[in-house]
Amino acid sequence: MALNEGRGSVPAYAEKLAWLEAQEVEMPDDQRGRRLAVRAWTALWPKVLAIAIVLAIWELIHLSGWKKLIFPGPGGTLSDLWGQLRTGLLWHAIAITSERAVIGFALAVVIGGLVGALVSRIGPLRAAVGSLITGLQTMPSIAWFPFAIILFGISTTTILFVIVLGAAPSVANGLIAGVDYTPPLLLRAGKMMGLRRLSLYRHLILPASLPAFVAGLKQGWAFAWRSLVAGELLVAIAGQPSLGVLLSNDQDQADMQGATAIIIVILILGIIVDMLFGLGDRAIRRRWGLTGTV
Amino acid sequence: MARQGSSLTITGQRSAVERVTGAVGSVRLASVSKVFGRGGSAVRALDQISLEVPPGEFTCLIGASGCGKSTLLNLVAGLDQPTSGEVSVSGRVALMFQEPALFPWLTAAGNIDLALRARGLGRVERRQRTAELLDTVRLGGFGAKRPHELSGGMRQRVALARALAQDADVLLMDEPFGALDAMTRDLLHDELDRVCAGRRLTIMFVTHNVREAVRLGDRVVVLSSRPGRVIDEFAVPIEHPRRIDSAPVAELAGRITDRLREEMSHGTQ
Repeated sequence: MALNEGRGSVPAYAEKLAWLEAQEVEMPDDQRGRRLAVRAWTALWPKVLAIAIVLAIWELIHLSGWKKLIFPGPGGTLSDLWGQLRTGLLWHAIAITSERAVIGFALAVVIGGLVGALVSRIGPLRAAVGSLITGLQTMPSIAWFPFAIILFGISTTTILFVIVLGAAPSVANGLIAGVDYTPPLLLRAGKMMGLRRLSLYRHLILPASLPAFVAGLKQGWAFAWRSLVAGELLVAIAGQPSLGVLLSNDQDQADMQGATAIIIVILILGIIVDMLFGLGDRAIRRRWGLTGTV
Repeated sequence: MARQGSSLTITGQRSAVERVTGAVGSVRLASVSKVFGRGGSAVRALDQISLEVPPGEFTCLIGASGCGKSTLLNLVAGLDQPTSGEVSVSGRVALMFQEPALFPWLTAAGNIDLALRARGLGRVERRQRTAELLDTVRLGGFGAKRPHELSGGMRQRVALARALAQDADVLLMDEPFGALDAMTRDLLHDELDRVCAGRRLTIMFVTHNVREAVRLGDRVVVLSSRPGRVIDEFAVPIEHPRRIDSAPVAELAGRITDRLREEMSHGTQ
């Protein structure tokens, strides 16, 4: 910009600069539709390719004749899966397992969130139970089943109890990490604005912790899902077909195709929920401007 | 440099103060010292600083890095306590940082709204005040943008609006334009002049840019480095509107720079 232009009246000069600044912020909007299609394809093709490669290797092993009588090929397994999907039993099992997953995970989020919130703000409490939470996190949750079965018997409560013990520590630790890593500059800004105690927590520390909290949720979900499937294998409740029960039945009947089909269902359900967390995480990063432009 | 500039004698009169009447905020520092750490590793950041900022004055604090400028503002803001001496502030205090320090999970309007909410304003009043403040900093159409969607200068203007939203009597500014390019900074100087003109603000503005201090301030206080001490002060009897590249501003800035150089060469002896 030529200097003599800036020599004019101050407001005109200022407005010109403001206008220039505004131009920088405008985003190109026209090619958004095409970009979406390209992005979807970019995200999709590696996954499709990976699945194809897995199926091909599986088929090759099957064709090689290794453990020929018991090791099923992908064709037989997938048609078995298709057959099971057309009966009500598998859907019933999926419904029951999903219900337990939702209830158990929700309990874990509430309890883990509460514990995390208290521990992150109260010094002595952190000193007392901070390392205990991390210890619980590393503990294989399946080890809790004998304890829980003696305590609650063969019941849904037993399964939920172990899910909560498996997932809540990760949720709590995620929140604690988020609180610890709240940028000090933002804390100073918040305090200067007059945010104190509860309002500081609600309007600043909690939202600032959100990314770490979501990471904790994601990890907590992984532990919850593992605990749940392990629990269903160990705790079969009469009249309540679950994915674990179906898997266990297939084992009893040496139905390898059926067992493999259920494993695929468990895998897909786990992936779908993980993708939902991924979407949530990406939405936050986009809102905050943390996405790389690479 | 031009020591003989007769039009710029220090009179002790603060001609520009009269442009703000009815201001209530003021700051008084009496023999304030601040020491960080203990024993052998103790660092004396501020040494016996006495300084008075009367209501309505725009005071610029200037000094090389390590003169404890930010420490000084933290003490005035109440974010830290002095080791000795007394800091007294009348009126509400707001603080603006070199970084905008906006909350990334809120929009520009949301950031301003939160400051109003912290003061306990109701929803309807908040919405109206937020719109007004965005207009004040010429960001009327940008309320729904998130901080990362704005340019550096715009973010700092949102930060200014947020500071104004706190309805403070004393506005502390810690090198608020230090991270901006010269053109944007120039624009923001005009904005700040305009915004201050209609308000009863007392301002303490920290910078290491001598011309910026002269461009903005009614008075420039010069601090020494390690430990920070008040070594001199200059009234700025230059008419508003000022321009950073005008002759009177450059002349006074030159004299202040000379004074700073002198001090720094003392320091190395």
